[in-house]
Amino acid sequence: MTAEAPAIASGSGGVAHADPHAAASGHAQRGISNPILGMILFITSEVMFFSGLFAAYFATRAANQPWPPDVFADILDPLGPIIIATIILITSSFTCQFAVWSIRRGDRRGFNRNIAVTFVLGIVFLIMQAFDYTLLFGEGMTLGSGPFGTTYFTLTGFHGAHVFGGVLMLGVLLYRGMAGQFSARHHDAIEAVSLYWHFVDVVWILLFSILYLL
Amino acid sequence: MATHALSPAIPAYRGGIYEWLTTTDHKKIGIMYVINSFLFFLIGGVFALLVRTELAAPGIQIFQNEHVYNESFSIHATVMIFLFIIPMLAGLGNFAVPLMIGAPDMAFPRVNALSFWMLPLGGMLLLLGFLTPGGAAAAGWTSYPPLTERGPLSSPGPGQDLWIVALILIGTSSILGGINFLVTIFKMRAPGMTLFRMPIMVWTILVTSVLVVMATPVITSALVMLFIDRNYGGSFFLPDKGGQAILYQNIFWFYSHPAVYVMVLPAMGVISEVLPVFSRKPLFGYKAFIFATAGIGALGFSVWAHHMFTTGAVFLPFFSLMTFLIAVPTGVKMFNWVFTLFRGQLTLSTPLIFSVGFLTMFLIGGINGAFSASVPIDFALQDTYWVVAHLHYVLFGGSVFGMFAGIYYWFPKMTGRMLDEGLGKIHFVLMFIGFNLTFFPMHMLGIKGMPRRIADYASDAGWNDWNLAATIGGFLIAASILPFIWNVFISLRNGKIAGDDPWEGNTLEWATSSPPPPYNFDRLPEIRSERPLFDARHGLAAHGGHGGPGDEEAPKLLEEGDHDDQGPGDAA
Repeated sequence: MTAEAPAIASGSGGVAHADPHAAASGHAQRGISNPILGMILFITSEVMFFSGLFAAYFATRAANQPWPPDVFADILDPLGPIIIATIILITSSFTCQFAVWSIRRGDRRGFNRNIAVTFVLGIVFLIMQAFDYTLLFGEGMTLGSGPFGTTYFTLTGFHGAHVFGGVLMLGVLLYRGMAGQFSARHHDAIEAVSLYWHFVDVVWILLFSILYLL
Repeated sequence: MATHALSPAIPAYRGGIYEWLTTTDHKKIGIMYVINSFLFFLIGGVFALLVRTELAAPGIQIFQNEHVYNESFSIHATVMIFLFIIPMLAGLGNFAVPLMIGAPDMAFPRVNALSFWMLPLGGMLLLLGFLTPGGAAAAGWTSYPPLTERGPLSSPGPGQDLWIVALILIGTSSILGGINFLVTIFKMRAPGMTLFRMPIMVWTILVTSVLVVMATPVITSALVMLFIDRNYGGSFFLPDKGGQAILYQNIFWFYSHPAVYVMVLPAMGVISEVLPVFSRKPLFGYKAFIFATAGIGALGFSVWAHHMFTTGAVFLPFFSLMTFLIAVPTGVKMFNWVFTLFRGQLTLSTPLIFSVGFLTMFLIGGINGAFSASVPIDFALQDTYWVVAHLHYVLFGGSVFGMFAGIYYWFPKMTGRMLDEGLGKIHFVLMFIGFNLTFFPMHMLGIKGMPRRIADYASDAGWNDWNLAATIGGFLIAASILPFIWNVFISLRNGKIAGDDPWEGNTLEWATSSPPPPYNFDRLPEIRSERPLFDARHGLAAHGGHGGPGDEEAPKLLEEGDHDDQGPGDAA
């Protein structure tokens, strides 16, 4: 082990004369940004979390016929208020995307307007879900009323919690947008939150389909 | 040497404990991971000794009742798996990965700190169970319902709830850590560090992180369902209310089998760094090793039901076949390691000895695992001590030996001082003998039909001698930890100064000072292969162009063939 690292020591030959700041910042400047990649991976883990819940739902449903049980035969009406809540959430996904396109053009005012609408629509969805829950409780359906109630409230409850988290993020975006913190070049947070919001929307479409339509 | 990074004028900051409590430096966080995990290793070890003392001979009753025994083995396993092995390897990765890819830190340093601080919190919640009425969780680390459902005959107390919440916290910590690793590895590599020039340790952390991000949320879903069952009248896993207990097992093992690879892949990465350095050769079959790692990760998702053969609810031929298949990429790795050692210039240092310990013990764990993969044998051995022997040969003989190899290997980089070689070898010998004395007899006990998780046994069952041997071995393992602690203690004060590169390493962490400055690197050597420091030492880095004197010298150096080295690293 006689060979000391001559190349490094002399600073010649094999040593890349890289700008120390470039090495220290270490960014590969291509591709998606770190926060957006982080959000995509986070959403991946969320997909797996909901996969576990969905798997439990299908396994429980397959073992319990008829589904829904006779007591709750007509309790989940796809044409009731829930269809309005569904339309509201889908609309909010569109307004969220409009907000992204606005800020990409550098249109801060348009961004603020669209993200405010998205924020309000998210809150309306949560209020409607709470309203829906009180109706179901009134009919005697709770977490404890057998497999049907357990799976329904667990799935929609965790979705609602994710909507709530998304509404908080949208609120932060709105606040920061009104403070003028975003621009066409600097808006990773918006892209990341919009990905999350679309994910929450897709989960709801799946939930609505399997809980109310299937 | 010029590689000593100069410390810049650091603005006034509060040093000492405040700095450690608030740090976002991946190296400090990594060291805290290691210390925290080691403390939980000691706690889990105490529970293991309690269990072994109880089983030393028939008729011994050291607990006030057998429920406390159940708590002991449950908390032993939970602590060792979730608070020791997984975070210890994550901690080594946390320290090493940004250094190895030439990055200044992890991609999300504050998320990194959050990931760490969830661990002591989760561990405390878990152990708080002992203070609650009814005691801590006592249904084994698998916590199968309906035993874990709330009920006077199952798990009435809050200990099981604390177990659930603790595991959700620790799991969230793992997920955030996995995301952080993936973004770091994909986005923060130094110029020239292509994916196929990354050190094997980084590759294994990459695959591990994919497993963590994809699998850990699934057990979170099982845990929240169990929590809903216990606390809000849910009926997911209660057969009398329309649920299915087997459902929990499916979801649980969908995580917990990949978790086995989460626990062993980074340890494989550690020894794949150690073996080439101490045999003065490149890793044999670098790319084959990477594909084998990815293969293990992918197959890891298709074998979960081999834990459930005897439930009668799974398709036996498929899961048996997939389990045998996963031995193939693992076998590829054995060849990689053995042929790395073959005809190498071996330096019998402590990291190498622990790595060879990994190789031999993991081989036994792989072979007795293949036995269990065979359905008829598994029907006979299910829930016996054979399974306990198998899992300890893999997780202790594999992961723990691997992580000690890593600790001895990176301790100079972490602290700037060398650990004492003599004490390290005493540590290894005691641990190796103690390990085999503890766990090899468990094969015999399993074949003789001794079930797991029993507090006592009849004196005429023929299990006495093996149990006594295992208990003596357990205390020998505990004794082996003492020279290690003493070693760390004296080496921190009086250990030999390490210098930048005490082992003549191959990877980038050895190109900076020991310990590295907060931002890791002032300058990086050129990265032309998976062994940039080897290239720099032997003037091969300039071989690929870029001018410089290396252009003429490189071929000459190759002909001289110093050190029996086999030329550029990509020759594998």
